[in-house]
Amino acid sequence: MALLAVRGLMAQYGWTRVLHGVDFDVEPGGITTILGANGAGKTTTLRAVCGMVRTSGDITFDGRSIAGRATEDLVRLGIGHVPEGRGTFVNLTVEENLRLGAYGRASRNGIAEDFESVYRYFPVLASRRRQLAGTLSGGEQQMLAVARALMLRPRLLLLDEPSLGLAPLVVREIFRIVRTINRERGVSVLLVEQNAAMALALADQAYLMETGRMVRSGPAAQLKQDDAIRRAYLGY
Amino acid sequence: MTARASRIGLLVVLAATVAVPLVVSNFRLFQFTQVAIYAIALLGLNMLTGYNGQISLGHGAFYAVGAYTTAIMIDQWQVPYPLTIIAAGVLCLIVGFLFGIPALRLEGLYLALATFALALAVPQILKYFEHWTGGSQGIVLSKPNPPWGLKISPDLWLYYLTLAILVVLFVLAHNLLAGRTGRAVVAIRDNPIAAGAMGVNTALYKSLTFGVSAAYTGVAGALSALVIAFVAPDAFNVFLSITFLVGIVIGGLASISGAVFGALFVQFVPNWAQDISKAAPWAIYGVFLILFMYVMPRGIAGGLWLILARASRRGTARRA
Amino acid sequence: MEILFQQIVSGLATGGIYGSVALALVMIYQATDVVNYAQGEMAMFSTYLAWTMMNAGLPYWVAFFGTLVVSFIGGVLIERIVIRPVERAPILTIVIVCIGLLVILNSVAGWIYSYIQKPFPSPFPPRPIVLGNVVFGAHDIGAIVVTLIVLAFLYAFFRFTTLGLAMRAAAQNPASSRLCGIRVGWMLAIGWGLAAMVGAVAGMMVAPIVFLDPNMMAGILIYAFASATLGGFTSPGGAVIGGLIVGVIENIVGTYVHFIGTELKLTVALALILVVLVFKPSGLFGRAAVHRV
Repeated sequence: MALLAVRGLMAQYGWTRVLHGVDFDVEPGGITTILGANGAGKTTTLRAVCGMVRTSGDITFDGRSIAGRATEDLVRLGIGHVPEGRGTFVNLTVEENLRLGAYGRASRNGIAEDFESVYRYFPVLASRRRQLAGTLSGGEQQMLAVARALMLRPRLLLLDEPSLGLAPLVVREIFRIVRTINRERGVSVLLVEQNAAMALALADQAYLMETGRMVRSGPAAQLKQDDAIRRAYLGY
Repeated sequence: MTARASRIGLLVVLAATVAVPLVVSNFRLFQFTQVAIYAIALLGLNMLTGYNGQISLGHGAFYAVGAYTTAIMIDQWQVPYPLTIIAAGVLCLIVGFLFGIPALRLEGLYLALATFALALAVPQILKYFEHWTGGSQGIVLSKPNPPWGLKISPDLWLYYLTLAILVVLFVLAHNLLAGRTGRAVVAIRDNPIAAGAMGVNTALYKSLTFGVSAAYTGVAGALSALVIAFVAPDAFNVFLSITFLVGIVIGGLASISGAVFGALFVQFVPNWAQDISKAAPWAIYGVFLILFMYVMPRGIAGGLWLILARASRRGTARRA
Repeated sequence: MEILFQQIVSGLATGGIYGSVALALVMIYQATDVVNYAQGEMAMFSTYLAWTMMNAGLPYWVAFFGTLVVSFIGGVLIERIVIRPVERAPILTIVIVCIGLLVILNSVAGWIYSYIQKPFPSPFPPRPIVLGNVVFGAHDIGAIVVTLIVLAFLYAFFRFTTLGLAMRAAAQNPASSRLCGIRVGWMLAIGWGLAAMVGAVAGMMVAPIVFLDPNMMAGILIYAFASATLGGFTSPGGAVIGGLIVGVIENIVGTYVHFIGTELKLTVALALILVVLVFKPSGLFGRAAVHRV
């Protein structure tokens, strides 16, 4: 049974319908990616899963329906969301950011251990733990955002365009760490990305989105060969 | 709502306002004249705060300047009253523009604070310059007689005069705000940096808007001095400025018709509140304010617009 | 020289009260971008509640802490019931709601308790405190101490507790806070509760000096605005320090500059606001707003 199952998801901003009935699954322990050009509706899809937009349709997490529930409640179920633009608390320290990530946990046990393991994954954060998050570079802030989501001990990690505005080297490093986290801790990942090549190298399953609809789906290796991706991005 | 329908609607409203004196008592006529005066003042404030995004908690000061300009010119120099109205407008235009220049450095909350401080200081300043303003006693005026030997009461004449000035000023505002000027003004409110990058002279427009806004409110003040035939410092306290702000938010920000709705609200609702409860009328007024904001957060004009938009949308859907 | 000391201490006492109300204003402003114009009236109403409790026979400190609890709950309820429906409305809409609240509280207080001034007891003995050649009023010293205790409590709460951290986060970045599982709405409500509590303390400290009546806090609110402007609306500590400075300036100017009578003292506060806004709008300790393009 899929960890996250979405059927017929529709979403709108005000009067504008952005998603026209989207279906996808995230398997437990798997890495699923949703690709698409700018404006395809990928970020809206993630925000819909987290209850941040007005939606209709079915969203099931771990067998339970979560459609229409408030963001803060969904987070407490174990869905960690790394938003577009990082969303770090720029006026708080790195350590405070991480502490806040742990706020929605089910259990207070093991927070100290989790701090340790997060610092192991992202050594640069350890060296900057008392610095204000706003003084970190873009790549470091992205790492902080992922680390903060990890402090939740999530079952599902939502990553919204982590490569945006970052140098390729930094993106590769972050993706490598995400794969490690997925393998070591069994955290399922739903990755929304514009950078198709890097996303397909990381993911197991892939979906392609075009103006609010899924147009392709399948194993990542298969989609790498598919013309549909080029067409969706470049229009020919 | 088609342009034709709205034009017909406006003519109906205009005809109604012209016919009002025929059916109401003298006191009501006075109240409606006051509504028209407030509407002019509120339009002035709305131009600055609603359309241009500069929050002013001190427009009572310009109202006072306009009122006292008229009062002093008539009382000390026997200037004919139409000239005093024009003088009030021009003086407030200049004063507003000059005030708009240092205001350029202040954003949102800080501009609100500065104008608030100004509004608080006005009664004190008016009392201080006793020689000109008559101090706490104020200045008593006599109502102007209708011109051209018309056999109507001064109150009736003032009502029609105010109405005429209101129509002129509203049409002027509509033309200004509908064209390039209006778009520049609103662009500055929504994104000053982008507006500047597109070649809008932000500083000039902001100061000019301040000036024009002050001029409108000043004219309203001048008219109020004539209609009430009396000016005194305590009538122009900070509460007046707050009333203006309440008026434009209730009426509808960035809306010309909103000025009229707001004026009706601030004139009549306090009276109704008094009718409901003699003991704590202001509590009822406060409840009205809060309930209004729940039901119509974008003011009366905003609420009407939403209703019309939904109706037309449903109409379009049915046609499709 | 002794008179100067006395005026300074007196000024610090009233300044602490201005600073407390300013702190309440800044706390809510930081969380919601809204200036709670009803802050003064909320404090006044809390003080009347304390008066009612004392009149019913409760000893001072029982009434004091009872009022703090009731004020906290009241603040939370006001945010959840009155402010919540317009949370996402344009700022000016919320301002009007605050003005409505102000008017309601003032009017209801006048209706229940009448507009006649009432004396309000001070917990501190009327005996003056003598240090060398200088004489201080016990209430002044007491008010300063109480203000400092409240501030210390708040500082420790925000700095060292998880809830305080969550509240700071919710104020700075509500969207990201939700993603951390923080119930932002309730954080706001608690913020209002704390602000109401701080206001209540200010009211109970100032009532013995100016006597209790529904319009008691109006002038103080203006001084609180001056304090927050001076210290910076983005800095809670700055608001308090601003209050202390304003209190001292008000006292010294009132004593030594002879043509400033009691009416014009208010003009001094206003002039201060305008001067600060002209030269440094973000205040002494505030941060200038940085606009990302």
